[in-house]
Amino acid sequence: MGRIFLYAFLLLMTGFFLLPVYLVVLTALKEPAKITLDTVWRWPDPVYWESFRIAWEAFRPKFQNSLVLALSATLLSALVGALNGYVLAKWPFRGSDLLFAFMLFGMFIPYQSVLIPLFQFVKAIGLYGTLGGLVLVHVVYGIPIVTLIFKNYYSEIPDELVEAARMDGAGFFGVFRHVILPLSAPAFVVVAIWQFTQIWNEFLFAVTLTRPESQPITVALAQLAGGEAVKWNLPMAGAILAALPTLLVYIFLGRYFLRGLLAGSVKG
Amino acid sequence: MRDRITALLVLLPSLVAVGIFVYGFIGQNLWVSFTDWGKNPAQALALRPELQFVGLENYRELFTGFVETRFRQSVINLVFFTLFFMAGSLGLGLLLAVALDQGPRGEGFFRTVFLFPMALSFVVTGTIWRWLLQPQGGVNVLPTLLGLPPLAFPWLTTREQVLVFDWNRLPLYTAWVVGLVLLYVAWRAHREGEKRRRFWALLSGGVLLLWALTVGSRVHLLPYPEPHGFSLALVGVILAAVWQMSGYTMALYLAGLRGIPVEVLEAAKVDGASPWQTYRHVILPLLAPITLSAMIVLGHIALKIFDLIFAMAGLDYAPTDVPAIYMYLLAFRGNQFAKGAAIGILLLLLVAGVVIPYLASQLRKEVRR
Repeated sequence: MGRIFLYAFLLLMTGFFLLPVYLVVLTALKEPAKITLDTVWRWPDPVYWESFRIAWEAFRPKFQNSLVLALSATLLSALVGALNGYVLAKWPFRGSDLLFAFMLFGMFIPYQSVLIPLFQFVKAIGLYGTLGGLVLVHVVYGIPIVTLIFKNYYSEIPDELVEAARMDGAGFFGVFRHVILPLSAPAFVVVAIWQFTQIWNEFLFAVTLTRPESQPITVALAQLAGGEAVKWNLPMAGAILAALPTLLVYIFLGRYFLRGLLAGSVKG
Repeated sequence: MRDRITALLVLLPSLVAVGIFVYGFIGQNLWVSFTDWGKNPAQALALRPELQFVGLENYRELFTGFVETRFRQSVINLVFFTLFFMAGSLGLGLLLAVALDQGPRGEGFFRTVFLFPMALSFVVTGTIWRWLLQPQGGVNVLPTLLGLPPLAFPWLTTREQVLVFDWNRLPLYTAWVVGLVLLYVAWRAHREGEKRRRFWALLSGGVLLLWALTVGSRVHLLPYPEPHGFSLALVGVILAAVWQMSGYTMALYLAGLRGIPVEVLEAAKVDGASPWQTYRHVILPLLAPITLSAMIVLGHIALKIFDLIFAMAGLDYAPTDVPAIYMYLLAFRGNQFAKGAAIGILLLLLVAGVVIPYLASQLRKEVRR
């Protein structure tokens, strides 16, 4: 009896989580003229692939922007995070804990509270409307979380390893290069997944600091869906394109995705 | 020694960047919020606008000026959105975690399904649900699949409000709520035998309630009544937000449930507790810290929610407005930078009010350990 109830509940919930996806795919595969009230839930006949071609053509530049942005900002912030975490975990100095707290605070501010000065600043240094400006912003505001993840990870590496390497004459970068870096792969994976997902999905900075030619896909999608005249097949195909990269990350690297999620669970 | 200097030099760029981008910009934003930037349209877009210091004028106008009713509705919306979004995500997440904890077949599949919306952006979620909640969209037509008549609820476009109250009553209601909470704190302190806490809670709570009973009802923020309430257009937005975030709370709760030692559950069984009693008296209390951190994360997301509403209802629709949206609208569409900055500062204060006590308690716990 209890078991039946359990499975009924789980199936109901599966419906709640998956029916929207079903409807999105369905709508994306429908001829625009056939998207009508009484057949909303019905599978398209025939399947109409054209929407994906049109959406891809419309979104390809934005998709590329997002890809360049997310990959370069992720790479840079992972490097910065690894070095910061290394310093804070293995070369602590007087006041370094305080400086770490000083950094961490940046994780919790709502970005609305810095948006206007940020906008002015990016404009003043000539990076407004460029992908470079957006990369800079993501790397800087990513510093707290990536530093946190690397610091926690490096704290687990025994200090004796570092000491031994120093006895052998390795300096600051020597230790990093030969001892720390070879052990860092899991932390890099977590940070890469976390940052890539966050940056790919980010919207507020993107909508404030870009021009149409440098827009990432989230901004383009929000503007397409917000338009009144558009048929729903296009936004739905666009939503699938915009969701695909992070969904693939989730499907293939789910374990690390979850770990990043829990590591970042002090953040929003 | 040389290595220590290298270490400091490696850290330095990040420190400078955070110093400028976080602390410097907050300071500058605070300064902007005290000016009249944007009051004069001719100055608004000037390269070097001449800013006049106006003190708290922007803040006063937001809360009591007659032009800013929209801001006040956005604040009320934020409060209701936060409450229902948190309750929904926590409740559903807990239910899902408890269900999965029973060890059903295909657990991995269910977990994957419940968690995948986390991988989406709020813009994608918003686009999807905007379509589902169209007047002729999927949700309203859903009952017809079962042979029932379709719904006719205008999800995102209704202007209907419930729980309407007069903005003028806000100080009064606030005093009542805070006063009663303080009395509760005093009662708890009394039971725990903490005399000092009891004294202060009783005193401040008493003063507040006394104020509410005497002058409170005569205080008016505005010269006329201004009704605000829970805008029903937000129901759809809350639904979408819960759809996206309840998988996250599920993951947290599931980790918590799996972390409960078997001996504890055995002991409850030996004591003759029914499964229901075990949940009520053993498991839920053990999950309380998880609930707290989930509340912090969800509250944090709720307070700055922007992209979801942008994608679902757009910028211009007042019934689904929240301060983050209105801030963007004022500053980047209306060039009213000073007022936008003031809203940014208010959001910062709200978030700080949620996060700082939490961090402080976490820190204290760590020190104790």
